[in-house]
This record gives sequence, C-alpha cells and structure tokens, in this order.
Amino acid sequence: MSQYVLRRLMIAIPSLLGISVVLFVVLALAPGDPFSELATNPNVPPEVQAALRAKFGLDDPIYLRYVHWLNAMLHGDWGFSFVSRMNVDTLILQRLPATLYVIGSAQILALMIAIPVGVYAATKPYSLFDQIANTLAFVGFSLPTFFTGILFILIFSVTLDWLPFVYTTDIKGTGIRWVLEMIRQAIMPVAVLGLFQAASMTRFVRSAMLDVIRLDYVTTARAKGLGQAKVIVKHVMRNAMIPVVTLIALQMPAVFGGAIVTEQIFRIPGIGSLLISSILSNDTPVVMAVTFVFACLVVLFNLIADVLYGWLDPRISLR
Amino acid sequence: MLDKELRSMIGKVKDGRMDRRAFIQRLAAVGLTAPLANQILALGGVAMAEGASTYKPTKRGGGGALKLLWWQGPTLLNPHFATGTKDQDGSRLFYEPLACWDPDGNMKLVLASEIPSVQNGLLAADGTSVTWKLKPGVKWHDGKPFSADDVIFTWEYTKDPATATVTAGVYRDLKLEKIDDLTVKITFPQPTPFWADAFVGAGAGQILPKHQFADYIGSKSRDAPANLSPVGTGPYKFVEFKPGDLIRGVINPDYHMANRPHFDSIEMKGGGDAVSAARAVIQTGEYDFGWNIQVEDDVLLRLEKGGKGKTIYAVGGDTEFIALNFTDPNTEVDGEKSSMKTKHPLFSDPAVRKALSMLVDRDSIKKAIYGRAGRTTANFLNGPEKFVSKNTTWEFSIEKASKLLDDAGWKPGADGIREKDGKKLKLLYQTAINGPRQKTQAIVKQACQKAGIDVELKSVVASVFFSSDVANPDTYPKFYADLEMFQIPLSQPDPAQHMRRYHSRYIASKENKWQGTNFPRWVNKEYDAAIDAADKEMDPIKRAALYVKCNDLMWQDTVFIPAMHRLKVEASANTLRPVISGWANETDNIFDWYREE
Repeated sequence: MSQYVLRRLMIAIPSLLGISVVLFVVLALAPGDPFSELATNPNVPPEVQAALRAKFGLDDPIYLRYVHWLNAMLHGDWGFSFVSRMNVDTLILQRLPATLYVIGSAQILALMIAIPVGVYAATKPYSLFDQIANTLAFVGFSLPTFFTGILFILIFSVTLDWLPFVYTTDIKGTGIRWVLEMIRQAIMPVAVLGLFQAASMTRFVRSAMLDVIRLDYVTTARAKGLGQAKVIVKHVMRNAMIPVVTLIALQMPAVFGGAIVTEQIFRIPGIGSLLISSILSNDTPVVMAVTFVFACLVVLFNLIADVLYGWLDPRISLR
Repeated sequence: MLDKELRSMIGKVKDGRMDRRAFIQRLAAVGLTAPLANQILALGGVAMAEGASTYKPTKRGGGGALKLLWWQGPTLLNPHFATGTKDQDGSRLFYEPLACWDPDGNMKLVLASEIPSVQNGLLAADGTSVTWKLKPGVKWHDGKPFSADDVIFTWEYTKDPATATVTAGVYRDLKLEKIDDLTVKITFPQPTPFWADAFVGAGAGQILPKHQFADYIGSKSRDAPANLSPVGTGPYKFVEFKPGDLIRGVINPDYHMANRPHFDSIEMKGGGDAVSAARAVIQTGEYDFGWNIQVEDDVLLRLEKGGKGKTIYAVGGDTEFIALNFTDPNTEVDGEKSSMKTKHPLFSDPAVRKALSMLVDRDSIKKAIYGRAGRTTANFLNGPEKFVSKNTTWEFSIEKASKLLDDAGWKPGADGIREKDGKKLKLLYQTAINGPRQKTQAIVKQACQKAGIDVELKSVVASVFFSSDVANPDTYPKFYADLEMFQIPLSQPDPAQHMRRYHSRYIASKENKWQGTNFPRWVNKEYDAAIDAADKEMDPIKRAALYVKCNDLMWQDTVFIPAMHRLKVEASANTLRPVISGWANETDNIFDWYREE
C-alpha cells in the first residue's frame, strides 16, 4: 500500500512538471502585458515602462523565466504579483477562506440533497417521486449559474429585499449576529451552486444505486427477511457509493479553485474571482500560481480517490 | 485681436472704467460672439480662483459609514505605483496632494495654505518656478508632523528611475528646494504655464511620508510595508486592505480641515461588474456610491424608477474619437507598416476625410448609446471651457458626403463601392472590445455603406489594444488600420499634455518602438509651431487662443472625428452629496462628501 502511494507520487512529479511547462508557455505567449493601462498614461515616460518590464523580468527569454519560476517555486516562493505588488501566496491565502466557506457549503448542500433523493428515487424507479426528481434534476443542470444567480438576485434582493447580494468580508458585529449575517449573505450563492451540483449528482447516485439494487446478493438479503431500510443502507448503499466517492473526491479541487461565475456575480472575494481578475489584468504570476496549485490538487485528489477505492472495496488490490 | 488694445479694455472693465456690456459690444463688432467675449474677460482677471465649497455639516463625524462600490477594486495602495485610476482612488482616501481640482476645474487647497499666483509672489512671472506654502500643524496618521521634507522626499522617491514609479514623468525634470519647514520651491527646466501638475490632484500629486518610505527608495521599493498599509494625512485612517476586494478606513479625528470628514468610517468594496454595481446603489441601496457606471442609459433609467439612488454626471474633457491614419497601413517599408515613408492612398485626398466626418451620425450615437453621459461635439479638445473652440461645426449628411466624393472623382463601381484611379474606398476600422464602441462602429459602418464606402470592422481585446507590446500588431500606437476609435483621458484641467502628443516630433514609429504619441502620424507645421509657442506662453489668453487654434487645425485637416464628448457617470444614493470633478479622480474631493438627512 505505502509502496503504491510512493510510486504514484513519483509518477506525479513528471506530470506536474509537464503541466507547469504548458501553463507557463501558454501564459508567456498570450498577448498583452500587465502594464497596458500605462500606455495611455501621459505621465509614464517610455523609460519607466521599459524599467518596469525589466524589473519584473518580462524581457528575459521564456526558458529563463521558466527556470527562475521553477526554482522559486521549489523554494516555496510562489511569485510576486505585478498588479498588487505583494507575494502571491499572501494574496491566495487572503482569498481562500471565502472560497472554502461558500463552495464547501455548496458541496455539502449538494450531497445532502443528492444522496437521499437519489437513493429514494432508485428504490422506487419510475414512480411519481422518481419522475419529479428526474425532471427537476434535468432542469437544474440545464440552467447555468449565471442565469439562476441573477434570477435569485432579482427575486430575493431586488423584489423581496430579503437578502443582500454583495458579499462582504468585514461584517460588523460579533458573536451570534456575525454568524447569522455570514449565513444570510451566503444563502444565495450557496443555493445557486449547491442546487446546480445537486442536480447532476442526484442522477449519478440514482444510476449507481440502480446498478447495485438488481444484483443477486440484494435479493438474498431480502430473502433472509431483512427489513427494507437495512437492505438499502447496509447492503446496497455501501457498494453503490464507490463511484460516488470518486466523484466527490474529484470535486474537491473545485472547492479550493472557486467558482468563477458565481463569485463574480455575488462579489465573493474567492480564488475564482482572483483568477479572473488576474487574467484580465495579465497578472501572470498570480494566474500561474493559482492554476498550478489547482493542477497539484487535482493530481493529489486523484490519488486519494484511488486509495479510498481500495479501502471501500478490498477486492480492488493496489499494486 | 489679442493685442494691447484688448488687454487695456480688460483692464478698464476690471477697474470699472468700462462696463461689461460695452466690452462685449466692442468685441462683437469685430466678430467675436458674446460667450467668447465673456470668456476672455474672465481669463484676463484672476488666473486661478479657489473653488467654492458646498460642504454643510458643522461638526466632525456623525455621518455613519460610507460604503463605496468600485467594480474594479484597487489592487495596491501606493499612488505612485498605480496601474490605473482605481489604485489612485483607493490611495487618495489616505494620502493627500497639496491641492486638488473641484468640479469646475478650479483649484482647491488641501495640504497647501495658499494658491500660488503672480500677484502673491509665489509664482514667477516667467513661469520658471512656483513656491508652495504648506499648512502648518498637519500630522501624519501616526502622529509625526508633516513638513516640507515629505514633499521633497516624494520628489526624490518618484524621480528615481530604480523606484520605477508611474509618476516619474511628472517629477524627473523638476528641481525642488526647501526654503523652510513649510515652504517648498519648485524650479522648472523651462517656462511652464501649467505649473500645477506636480503635487496636485490624485493622479500624480499624492505626497508620501518620508519616515515611512525613506528606507525603501529605489530598487527596494517593493518591500516597503507601507505599500500595503498607508500612513497618510487624509480624512480617513487606514484599517484593512485586501487587494481587489476591500479597503477599510476610520475617521481621522485630527484631520486638518474643520468639521471634516463627515463619515465615521469608510469602506471601498471591489469586484463584479458595472450593471450590478448600479443595481446595488440605485435599486437596493446596499451601497452609497458606485464608481464609473458605464451602462447603457435606458438600463439606468429603468433602475432609477422609484429607486433609492440616482446617476450623477461630471463634465470633463474626455473625447471618444475616430482617428484617421495618414500613412499606408497596407504597405510594408523596412519591416514596418503605417510607415512615415508612405502616404495613405485614400486619405491623402482631403475630400475623403471630410466626407467621412459627415458620415458619423453623432446624434444617433448619443441617442442610441451614451444618452445622458454624452454630448455631441465637433471638437477634439472639449475642455476646460476656456480652451474649447467655438469656430467649428459638424453635420451628418449622407447626401452631402456623397456629393463631395462625386465631385472629387470617387465614382461608384459595379459593386456600389466608390473608386478612383483603381483605388477602392475600402476601410478597416478598429477599436477595443467594449459594448458602446462596437455599437458606434455599426452606426458608422451603416452610414458609410449608404455613401458607397465599404467599412470592415475589427475589434481587439482592450488589454492588447492598449498594451505597449512591441511584438503585437494590434496595438493602437501601431495603427495597422485606416481608422481607429478610442479615447485618451484628459487627466488634468489643462490641454498642454493632451495636445502636445500630436506634435510631429512624437510620431510613433518602429524607430522609437511605437512609443511616440502621435499615432495618426499627422504632420502639420502650423500645428507644431502653435504647440511650441503654447508650451512657453505665460499669458493665459494667448495660450488659450493657441490651443483653440490647434484644435481648429485638427478639425480642418480631419485628423480626428470626435464621436462623443463623454461625461463621467457615477451612481449615488439619493441622500449622499458626493463632490465629483470631471478633472480629477472620484475620491479627490472625498473630504467634502456628506450625507443629507
């Protein structure tokens, strides 16, 4: 087992290197530069523009810049933002709590809806409940979040005036009032993202359950006289959950990566909005760090999913 | 006209020996309109008057929290590293200049105690030096006294090439001298009629504390802790900063202006887009003020119905223009298109340029796109008022344009496109990607088509179009197209910097890596001479006349077709009384903002 993990980690190194080369080259070749706004500023003499480019190493050849970047990354230096003039890791850590809170809650909400609904729908396939759940799931994942987000804002903020639609990180008040405010402002983004996720996940859970529920050992369990609840929870679910666990594990990087569209609509200062604003202002070090960390997380959670597989189903051997 | 006689007449009016009406009549007799005569009269009087204040509250504080929404949040808080006005806006909450600009373009004192003028002896009559008197008793937020040393230090800091500040251009040619703790003398390398660039306004003028930055000058500049936690003299003290997301400040109880500021705390939230920012201010009232609401007018009108806020407008000198290329973008000479060695095959005929300017339907552009945020104009230079030409006109007429082209020998070919000597009237028209710009392109293209001109539209991502990337062919200074449209903001209430760009000395070419500012590559000796004269002219009337002449030369040659004189648009809560100047950053007058109950 530990040998397997070690070997997987060794394999991850070249693939991460490959990813970083591709990311770096693509970003370096992309048009535009971070000091574009200065071009129309009459106060900035050309020498200063040249000095800035030199200072941030933009004039070096690509391979040199890559070597510098890789070397710094290995020493734990994630880079220095052109636009904010601060270390990228500080910038990312500042944004992480909001993303973890909102996207994490949305994932939990999605699971809390998807598993019970999916399981119950699978036990009674083609019943009225199943039909309704299926239809809603279909509607849910057909509606993009930028649409439902604005719809929610129009209904709950503009018309009913119940919820705020600008997410603030510095809520006044302490204790219970702070907690309540935090929950109140997160309701809309969490609902928008959570319902979207829940929709596709419900269908996944349902089909995973249906695959297992027809197997012979389930019939055997029923024949032994076990109650319906026990059969479903103890015998069917445990086996049906294997692919679901993989799916959840692979969703985990997204919790750290943020949700670009939803964060933008509700002004949540998360990783997603950091990424998009950095892309728009050509702040390459930040884009590079965020995308690379995201790549690392994907590789890591893939490994975790594989390890979990072996633990859930001992028949799968890891060699 | 601008001779001794006029000057003595102005003198007479000032002394009361001649009445205003007689003066205007005398000028009308020689063909000058009444508004222009009035303008001349105002100019001849005091060169710069301090702007009046509209501030009403009679005590400091008590205004609660002021919540500002900047849909592009500031990403750093050192004004001399600002990569856009948003960073200057954020820094200006804490740092201050010596003076700033009010909505009418008049100077308002902040850290200075007196407006320099020739009369009070602070301004040299030949324009080679200006002396600033500082307000006594001003303290930095950490309690240290503010003095002339800080002003001198800011100059040393910004002019150091290793610091690489974006304001270096303002400061590098100056010489500063400390007269005493509260007096600083600035000496200019040549006579400088517009002496209020350094240390004035949020754009370049914000003064840094020496004791915070002294160790971080030059190449160490990026390590200064104060880059992220400013210590200023401003109305609000710094509390917290999250780049791109949030700036928080609290009232400065020791602020140097009486009864100010009105608000107990301030918050500037970033992120999102302009439409939802307008909604959060106008419709739901979650925020008090929304910055730069570039949203179509009918959307704003709909939001304003029964809303909690409204839009406000500030007039400045920003002109959205269509520039004409005077060189050939399709012929490559020595690895460079649009080279000065070529002439534009179509635009070298003035009739084509004139016809094009008749095909830009400015009324429709205003009606369909800019609404209340635009004014139609024939001028490239649209402010300040005293520099605006009254001699120009514009009209939209497809018939007249067609006739003009017919007379010049451009006859429609078999495909309906006009041609002459085998050259077809086919144009490439480029601009940055931005909703209103694409709509304007469509309006112009339609009219051109009716007149037999084929226009191909091209839009380039803003970050490329405005970049200094030498390798990219799509940047505006390269101008590898026949027409291009954008605007260059007029960032101070003076046209010198703005108009100097089109001197033939500054032509953008491969030789200077396209860093020259004259991108239409227009050469006019008369224009060059007028600019050179204006740069040295200390007499405000003659100087204004020179810039009016420059504008008129551009109009005669159709270098630019002004599509719209754009106004600043902001969203404000109904009870908020913000002070917004078209000549300055939105937060430049933040100390005068208050809420009416």
